[in-house]
Formats: sequence, C-alpha cells, structure tokens
Amino acid sequence: MKLGFHLIPRLSGVVPESCLLIVVGLLVGGLIKVIGEEPPVLDSQLFFLCLLPPIILDAGYFLPIRPFTENVGTILVFAVIGTLWNAFFMGGLLYALCQIESVGLSGVDLLSCLLFGSIVSAVDPVAVLAVFEEIHINELVHILVFGESLLNDAVTVVLYNLFEEFSKVGTVTVLDVFLGVVCFFVVSLGGVLVGAIYGFLAAFTSRFTSHTRVIEPLFVFLYSYMAYLSSEMFHLSGIMALIACGVVMRPYVEANISHKSYTTIKYFLKMWSSVSETLIFIFLGVSTVAGPHAWNWTFVITTVILCLVSRVLGVIGLTFIINKFRIVKLTKKDQFIVAYGGLRGAIAFSLGYLLSNSHQMRNLFLTAIITVIFFTVFVQGMTIRPLVELLAVKRKKESKPSINEEIHTEFLDHLLTGVEGVCGHYGHYHWKEKLNRFNKTYVKRWLIAGENFKEPELIAFYRKMELKQAIMLVESGQLPSALPSTISMQNIQPRAIPRVSKKREEEIRRILRSNLQNNKQKMRSRSYSRHTLFDADEEDNVSEVRLRKTKMEMDRRVSVMERRMSHYLTVPANRESPRPGVRRVRFESDNQVYSADSVPTVHFVQPSPLSTPDAVSLEEEVPKRPSLKADIGEPRGNASDNHQGELDYQRLARCLSDPGPNKDKEEDDPFMSC
Amino acid sequence: MGALQSLPDEPEYRDLSEKTGFSFEQIGILHKRFKQLSHNEDTLRRDDLNTIPDLACNPIRTQIIEAFFDKRNFHQNGEGTVQEISFEEFLVVMSHFRPPALNMTEEQRENIRREKLRFLFNMHDTDNDGTITLEEYRHVVEELLSRSGALGKETAKGIADAAMLEVASISVGHMEPDEFYEGITFEHFLKILKDIEIETRMNIRFLNMDTTNLCNDWRQERPQRQRFEWLERKT
Repeated sequence: MKLGFHLIPRLSGVVPESCLLIVVGLLVGGLIKVIGEEPPVLDSQLFFLCLLPPIILDAGYFLPIRPFTENVGTILVFAVIGTLWNAFFMGGLLYALCQIESVGLSGVDLLSCLLFGSIVSAVDPVAVLAVFEEIHINELVHILVFGESLLNDAVTVVLYNLFEEFSKVGTVTVLDVFLGVVCFFVVSLGGVLVGAIYGFLAAFTSRFTSHTRVIEPLFVFLYSYMAYLSSEMFHLSGIMALIACGVVMRPYVEANISHKSYTTIKYFLKMWSSVSETLIFIFLGVSTVAGPHAWNWTFVITTVILCLVSRVLGVIGLTFIINKFRIVKLTKKDQFIVAYGGLRGAIAFSLGYLLSNSHQMRNLFLTAIITVIFFTVFVQGMTIRPLVELLAVKRKKESKPSINEEIHTEFLDHLLTGVEGVCGHYGHYHWKEKLNRFNKTYVKRWLIAGENFKEPELIAFYRKMELKQAIMLVESGQLPSALPSTISMQNIQPRAIPRVSKKREEEIRRILRSNLQNNKQKMRSRSYSRHTLFDADEEDNVSEVRLRKTKMEMDRRVSVMERRMSHYLTVPANRESPRPGVRRVRFESDNQVYSADSVPTVHFVQPSPLSTPDAVSLEEEVPKRPSLKADIGEPRGNASDNHQGELDYQRLARCLSDPGPNKDKEEDDPFMSC
Repeated sequence: MGALQSLPDEPEYRDLSEKTGFSFEQIGILHKRFKQLSHNEDTLRRDDLNTIPDLACNPIRTQIIEAFFDKRNFHQNGEGTVQEISFEEFLVVMSHFRPPALNMTEEQRENIRREKLRFLFNMHDTDNDGTITLEEYRHVVEELLSRSGALGKETAKGIADAAMLEVASISVGHMEPDEFYEGITFEHFLKILKDIEIETRMNIRFLNMDTTNLCNDWRQERPQRQRFEWLERKT
C-alpha cells in the first residue's frame, strides 16, 4: 500500500498519505461489514500501549534540539494555554448550543461538554507528523506545530481525567479547580522527570556496552518503553516521558554506541513508527464503519466550525502576546500555517472510545470526533500543501551538513554569549553556555565511555563526516563526488614540497601495494561474513578508516601505473607562467573529488626555489582533459597527444639527482592523516 | 529602578537612535553599562572589557574584544584598530546584533544579512586584506577548539583545511591544478553561509527595562567562574 502510494507521484502530490490510509480503512471496514462479520475496532489499550509509543519515541529521539530549545517558550505557551483555551471555548459554546431547545440535546450538561471539548482540542502528533512530513515547511513553523502537538499531551491527560471524574461526581468546587492545576504540574513535570531518569539510566548503561555491541539498540528501546509504561502506570504523561527519555538519552548514547548500532536504532525506529502510523489510520477507517453512530447535524457541524474558529483565534491571540517576548517575531504567514496545521487525530478518537458507556452522549461524541478528525485530516491535510505554495511560505532548505556552517554555528554561539556578557544581562545564550559547561564537566564524564567526553562537538561532527565518507568509499570503491569540482588540496595550500628520488618512489610504491593488498584481503573476507561484526575498535577508529581509504586510492593509482609502466620520463611544465607548474601538497583525501573515468595521477614536481622544503606526500589530481600533466613512469599513450607544455629536462635532472631532504618522513606521510 | 529618569541627553540620544536603530530606553541602558565598564570615563579600553568575568571562559574572547576596537565595524569606512572607543562607536558595534524588524522588505533583510556577515568576516580577516586566508581560518578553528587541549591542534588544522576546500569547491568550482585559491573573499563568504539565515540567528535581546544592575553587582562580587576553572584545570 505504502509502496504503491509512493510509486504514483501524482497521487502523493495531491493526497497526503494519511488520507489514503483512512480511505483504505474505510474500504476494508465496509468490506468486512458487507461480508457480515464484526469489523475490529481500534482497541484503546492496543492503541495506547503498542501503536503510539514507537511514533512518539521516533519523534522524541530525532527531535531537532536546537530549534526546539530556542522556541521552547513559544511552544509551551501554545501547548498549554492554547489547548486550555480550545477546550474551554469549545466546551462552553457547545453547552450554550445544547441549551437551545431546537437542537434537542438539552440533556447534555456543562461537564460533559467540557469533557468533549478537552478531547477534541488537542493537536495530534501522529496526524501532524504525517502531513507535515510531506510539505517540507521551514524549520520554525514545523517545530512550533510539532512541539505543540507533543507537549499538549499533559494538558489533555489532566483535563480528560479531571472532567471525567467531575462529571461522575457532578459538582465542582474551587478547591477542585486548584487541585486540577496542581495536578497538571505534577503530571507534566512528573512525566518529564520519569523520562529523564530512564534516559540517564540508558545513557549510563550504554557506557558499558562496548563488549556487547549487538544488544545496544535493545537497551535504547527497552528503557524508553519502560519510561512510557512507568509514567502511564502512575497516570503521568507518558508522551512527555518518552520525549524526555529520548532527548536526554541521545547525546550520550550516540557518543557511546557503535555506528552500526546507531544505524540499527535509526532504522528500527523509523520502521516501527511507520508501521504504527499505517495501522492507526487504517484502524481509524475501519472503526468509522464499525462504530455505533448517533448523528446530529447541528452538533457535528458546530463542532467542526468551532474547532477551526477556536484554533485561529487562539493562535492569533497568543501570537500577539508571544511576539512581545520573541526576538524573531512570528509573521502572519507563520501564524496561518500554525493555525491551519492544528490537525486532530487518533488520540482524540481513542480517548473518546475510552469513555465509559454510562455516558449517554458517548455515541454522539464519537461521531463528532470522527467527523472532526476526517475534516482536519482530509480537508486541511490536502489543502495545506497548495496553500503553502500559494502563500510562498519559506520551505525547508535541503542542504547537506556543511562543515563551514557547523564551524560558524559554533562560532556564533560563542560570539553571542560573549556579546551578551559585554551587554551585561543573562540571556538565552548565557544559560545555554552554562548548561553546556555543566554538562561537560560533570555529566559527560559519568555517562560517556572512555576519553570521548572531552571531545568538543565540532571535532565529533568532523569525525562523523569523515567516517561517512570513508564508509562510502569502501562501499563504492571511490570517493563520493559531493560537488563537481576539480579543486583539491593543492589549490589552497601555498606550500611546495621537495622532490623524491626515483628509487625512493619505487620503494614507497612497493610498500603501499603490499599493505593495501593485505588490507583488501581482510576487508573482503569480513564484509561477507554474516556472523561477525567488524571489530569495534577498528570500526570506531577513524584514522584507521582514513588509512584504509588512503590505501585504496594508492592501490588504484599504483595499479594504474603498473599497467602502463615505462621508463620514459617527462616533466610537468604545462604552463609558461613563472610559478612552478604543479605543487605537491600534503595528501588530504577527505574532500578529494574525481570522477570514475579519469585517471588519477601521481605528481612529482620541482619546487620553487624559494619555498622551504616541507613534508612530502603523494598528491592526487584530476586532469580535466585526460592529459597526464606530470608523470614519472606514466603512460605515454595519450599523454603526448594532449600534453600542453614543453618538456624541461634540466629541471627534471635537478629534481632527480637531489635526494629529498625528508627522506625519513616520506614513508610515513601517506599514512599520516591530519 | 527607573531607567527613564536617567535620560539626560535627549537630543544626542535621538541622533544615536536614528543612526543605530535602538530605542531610547535601550540606549539608556547600554549607556549605563558603558559607564559601568569604563568606570565612568568617556572612553572604553580593551582592559575594561578584559575584566568582564563572563568573558573569561569564552574561547574566542580576544576576537570579540578586538571586534569592538576594529574601525571597520564603525561604519565610517575606516581601517585598522583603535585603542579606545566612545559610546557612539560602542553602540554602532552593538547595533550589528539587533534583530530585524517585523515588517521589512526583502531588500532590507538582504542588507541586514550582509551587514551581519560583514561583521563576522571582519572578525576572521585580521590582517584586513579583504580575504580570509588559510592561516587565518586555521587560527579561527584553533581558537574555537582551544579548550580541548592538545588533540585540538592537529584536528583543527584538518578541519580548517577541509572547510577551506569546501569553500573553494562551492565558490569557484573548477580550478586548474596550479591555480592557487587566495582566500575567502566576502562574496564567497556570503555564498557559503547563505543557508544559515544569519539575520534570525545573530541577534541578542536588548532590554527595555533596566534589570542589569542587580545581576551585575552580585556577579562582580562573587566570581563563580573560578570554581569551574579549578575543576577544569584539575582534569
């Protein structure tokens, strides 16, 4: 189903996946009913215990922390006050509606209406995720709506339980209201605390798992689920516990676990959450067909309209207040998308389903809830994408992580902290810096294995990038060409390096070749074994990977040279310019780029007379045309055709007769990495 | 506390407000802070900024302080550094960190972005030749990682080299092997950082109400920094 959906691009452009799934559910339910069987209804227990946690854990674990913390004030205001406003506004107005004689619902009392309001008012994370994932809106709006949908769970839980108890009792006193407020704080903060405790436990456990890499992912899932269950057991907010657990656990666990475990966790979480989401929407469709319905036009239509109205009013009103405190204000477009993106979903349905049968209005409520869900998911879900394009709202920039951006992000952090210090007041950055330092000095040393805790973020980021490239190299046999460019290290390094004698070069080649063959052997045998993982140390040692990368390239180059061995020596001099033709620089393979069909060559060049001799390394280059610019022992085949300059034997003679000054260092250099 | 009662120089403030875009209250508060830092003199010196306890553990402290004394940031087309700055120049440097107003045209936003990125560029380009060379970039990364001890030096070099390569690849695309990439010009700098949305990120909150004095007096009496530093030195 999902496969088919994504294979038909036009369909996925118009209809969000969730809509299609609900329709499928409807069809399935209808089919079952036609057959005469009782269609399975979405059991609330099943929903809350099995289907919801994977989605929330996935959301919490991969929550983008930086935008979240920058906007946490706004998110909380929307989540708490916005949901409260929605609940009371809707409940109150519906009660007023029910008082009207003509509607025929005079039996509904205020508390029931408020209960209904509280169920329907909460923005649903599942639906929001499903729809927003496809429209790729800019980060700010995305995190606002998404964060709100996650954090309003506490409010929903409290209101729901409160109103349900009250409607049983029948009367409400001021003390009860006060207790309700206290209850809210207990539920939300308690949930967060439980989640954080389990998160720390998970991080602490992961510190010791270096010998049992295979079960690392299991710990992550286990602890998170236990956090959820524990908090649900105490009637605290399970969703907030899950989020807190994921957020707290992530930085430490990722520093401790192996790369493979990280990939496993990522894919398992995505898989489970995807499956859950599908099941939820299908069940929703089936339950619609199955469930008992009591239709009352006025009530249902009013509910839908009130939902929209209260959401819009709430967002506008709150933004007006919030903008007074924000540095970067929310524009009208942002507000519109936030209001329009307030989708209701399966959580509302399940909560409604949980209502005990003694409520005389249960069927009516369920019908209304389902109608609201359908409306928001179908109408709002389908139209949000064209509206986003129509209003030209800023979209998410699809950019690869760039090391420059990373450097400057960190630089900016320090700069802004410093300027705040000069200004003299304690702002956002000051506290963030304090938390970071506290984290580094106290927390990390307990929760991160080995010496890693001293590693600053920038280095960790850089290593990750290198590792990724190295792995891609090993898999595909060549470096990924991130950008079609022919710039290599030599273009930015001004230093030139002295020459290598021919004999020396032969030695180097031989050594490289033998080492490389050894490595290739080892690698190949390991990659085909299904039962053994890579050695953890080797895998985690980035320099080792870099070494392998280096050797692979060396090997290729060496084999090229081997194939077309010749004693004919020519010299680089493809330019008439006074500067030396090509400069030799330290070999830096990380961002080297070359296409598959060009021939990498090795250059040995004379230095400029003024430059100081420096460490030698073999350098690699992409000739734009297949000419081989400077070769010693290189093929003569096509070189002479495209050779662009004149040969300069004297320079070569001087070059070769002089042994390189750093003979001892030469051998180490190709293996050395920065 | 009554920030409003200490606005003696109304016409001056108006002038400054137009120039930098701050409101009167904000200027008043910053003026107070300026007086506090400069010990009630008219000009601020490097040492005054050096003694701020909050800056003590900032890895790029020297660069930040230099930025305040860099004539290029005074919007008067000057070059070089000065030894002391007046309040007006202090304000002009601070105005780089003002958030953009809500209703701005795209062009105004672009101008603000250029201004902020120009400030960053000036911070990196210490010899004022219009380009950030590899050495200067290396220095930047080294300073950023200066807190991580010995392992920082080599890795810093590697990171800076990789970053420079990236800039060259993005900006220039293709270079002959014997061409030399001089350094990051301002245009290239704009290009590589255009995705960061600097006009929303490089802002700090400027207060309209004067709560600074309370915090600061307390701060300067009990420098808590030392506790952390002791611990860090121990490790």
